[in-house]
Amino acid sequence: MAARRPLTRRQQENRAGLIYLSPTLVVVLVVVVLPILWTVMLAFQRIRLINLRRAGFFGEYTLANLELVLTSPGFWSSLWTTLAYTIGATFFSILFGLVAALALRRGFRGRNLVRASVLLPYVAPVVAVTFVWEIMLSPQFGIANNWGTRFLGWDRPIAFLSQREYEVSLFGWHFDVPLALLTVIAFEAWRYFPFAFLFLLARLQAVPRDLEEAALVDGAAPTQSFRHILLPQLGPVIALLTVLRFIMTFNKFDDVYLLTGGGAGTEVVSVRVFQFLTARFDIGAASAQALVLAAGLIVLLAVYLRFMAPRVEAGEEN
Amino acid sequence: MDRAVVETRVFGILRRVVIAVLVVVTLFPFLYMLMLSLRPIEQVLQSPGKLWVGPAEWTVSTYREVLTPAGRGGQGFLRFLANSAIVSVAATALTLLVSIPGAYAVSRLRFAGRRQVHFLFLAVYLFPSILLAIPLFVLFTRLGLRGSLAGLTIVYIAQTVPVSIYMLRNYLSTIPVSLEEAAALDGYTRLQTIRKVILPLAAPAVAANALYVFMIAWNEFLFALLFLVEDRADWTVSLGLAQLSGGIEVSKTVLMAGSVVLTLPIVVLFFAAERLLTEGLTAGADKG
Repeated sequence: MAARRPLTRRQQENRAGLIYLSPTLVVVLVVVVLPILWTVMLAFQRIRLINLRRAGFFGEYTLANLELVLTSPGFWSSLWTTLAYTIGATFFSILFGLVAALALRRGFRGRNLVRASVLLPYVAPVVAVTFVWEIMLSPQFGIANNWGTRFLGWDRPIAFLSQREYEVSLFGWHFDVPLALLTVIAFEAWRYFPFAFLFLLARLQAVPRDLEEAALVDGAAPTQSFRHILLPQLGPVIALLTVLRFIMTFNKFDDVYLLTGGGAGTEVVSVRVFQFLTARFDIGAASAQALVLAAGLIVLLAVYLRFMAPRVEAGEEN
Repeated sequence: MDRAVVETRVFGILRRVVIAVLVVVTLFPFLYMLMLSLRPIEQVLQSPGKLWVGPAEWTVSTYREVLTPAGRGGQGFLRFLANSAIVSVAATALTLLVSIPGAYAVSRLRFAGRRQVHFLFLAVYLFPSILLAIPLFVLFTRLGLRGSLAGLTIVYIAQTVPVSIYMLRNYLSTIPVSLEEAAALDGYTRLQTIRKVILPLAAPAVAANALYVFMIAWNEFLFALLFLVEDRADWTVSLGLAQLSGGIEVSKTVLMAGSVVLTLPIVVLFFAAERLLTEGLTAGADKG
């Protein structure tokens, strides 16, 4: 019997790497990857929580769930709601984040305190902040409606979170705005602008000072130096933030569920999945609905990897 | 006047206005939360527009009610706090235990499949958690893990390990390899090197990471709702607050006290370690 040859350095390193990473891989595999694959299987079987025991690998596969989900009332409108909600929240959170980063860029007394307080909406528990918003906007005892009727001349309280359409008249024109949806978007922008703010501020502070000083000497106005010096530097971060926020908001469940429960024209896809799961215990339909959400996401991820990832990788190397 | 001069003045003023608005908009809801929690409900219903009342009118009865055990007529938030603390601390400790060696492997060692691991983590980080909720709901029902804090902890670990590894890896890659080589010459094994050389150097990153994971676990709502909703004794603070705020039995000011109780630990932690956290979260983002 030949003695085992000692491993080469390279083999040793390979083995150590896999051993060190194995706990992570096991957890991720068992709690994330396998369950996702199982969802795909469940989506093609007629399963409710009651007959779950029957569900197995060799169940009867069918397209019934997908058909049910795609033809059920409210499917398309929830898809549009999700899209409008995602685009609105992404846009405004990045816009406000940019404004905040520009304002807090240069030092002043108390800057650290202001910076910390700006981050509060992002770090505070979602259940607590949604609850405060609910109370604040409540038509019965909320401070917003109280001040609105007292100081702003509203003739009656506005139900921000439970009214689907609100008629606005402007210069003699009357039109409806989706009030609850806009409120939810405003909440989302409030809660997530600190995220964009953090990344943009970090990037702004890495912009070399002399570039702007040179522009200043040349007589450039602040808007010009923003347009031609800062914006090109911020471009990649804004692009990255757009994709990150878009994906995160697209998948978001907590915020809408806690604010409106998906009512008043705010039913996003993730809340629908939850309803299928807990109200009807229809696991098959919930899975199919979740797959539709994931399919949309995979398209977005593909776009991300195609256009963004090479740049991010290149940035990491140096 | 020159455009540059006019603009500089205008933006100088605008900047102050923006800073003031930012502070008001971000802090107002928290101030409102705190004030409501200190006022009796009758008073709030009478004058809902009053933001500030003097300390003479404050009451702590809301806090007493929210913290008293359910058996004695309160809302039992002390129990919820304990549940939240157990789950969050356990998830933090275990996540670090798993992710420190993982981050070391990803940042230092060349092994088969290293590139694919990145992709896997990115996918986990960005995948909709509601999609994961269905199979885990089914699986945990079958295993009888639904309604157990341990089951919830496992889910939190899986959700935070990828981000944790990513953050730690960024930091570890700034530690010079030559230090490790020196340790190897001194006869340290790889594990000893990690424990005695790498970990002390990476302490700030590990601490930031621990706080980050703790916050995610403490604030989490969806999985707590799916797994623990049936038995009140298992509720976390987030879940307890969400469950009670839907009804009309508990007065809103008492629930505001509950919100303060839920938010306070996070705010304290955050202000104590703000710099550590913001730098940890955006590490690498400033490089373009």
